[in-house]
Amino acid sequence: MADENRPTHAPSGDGGERRGPRPGGGPGGGREGGRKYFRRKKVCKFCVEKIDAIDYKDYRLLGQFVSIESGKIVPRRLTGVCTPHQRRLSLAIKQARNIALLPFAGRAS
Amino acid sequence: MTRAAAKNLEKQMNRTYELMFIVRPDMPEEEQDKLVSTLETAITSSGGALQKVERMGKRRLAYTVRKFHDGIYILLVVEGAGGLIHELERRLRVSEPVIKFLTVRIDEEQKRLDKVKKLRDAKRRAPATPAPAPSEAAGEAAPATA
Repeated sequence: MADENRPTHAPSGDGGERRGPRPGGGPGGGREGGRKYFRRKKVCKFCVEKIDAIDYKDYRLLGQFVSIESGKIVPRRLTGVCTPHQRRLSLAIKQARNIALLPFAGRAS
Repeated sequence: MTRAAAKNLEKQMNRTYELMFIVRPDMPEEEQDKLVSTLETAITSSGGALQKVERMGKRRLAYTVRKFHDGIYILLVVEGAGGLIHELERRLRVSEPVIKFLTVRIDEEQKRLDKVKKLRDAKRRAPATPAPAPSEAAGEAAPATA
């Protein structure tokens, strides 16, 4: 995972009980046990690096967005990819799977 | 109206496709050339054009296809109508050494990319004044679509 959980000092007064860390939260995530976590804001790789074309042939790029163990498409809330890019990304991954550049299931041998 | 219809028809004839296929790993190079040239004659005879042939070389497949673990990837960029693609796919299906193929239409995506690029260039040209940049970009994009 790309995010970093850094505990910071000064617990705020309202110790609202929340379940675990929130998945895609911005700075200042969930509170647990009076400690406050500071989460780096996730950004869309394609927006930041200005990658317009998400091509099915670029299996190295696509490989970053499928899970290592099972070959599943990693959800947006984990990778931080924005909605329009995730849509194109998932299309490209499916095309790449069809032509045996990426596995449907399991890791690529 | 009729002009628009004619333009539409013309657009239909000039679609661009990427045709990627995998042949068995033990296929000799000259036979690959022969296969590509037969496809090319099929393309040109039905009014299309073969824009690019790219050999991507031998690569390990992500999963076994017809009991093969490796394959030689070949990519064609073809311009033509949909009927031509139908014919090419039929040929690939019946040709024995081809183990897998995929056709993707790329002209619309390319059009979108060009549009994005144009917008970005327009923005870069006027970075100091962000306010008129969108209007300028819109003004430039309009003649392209008309």
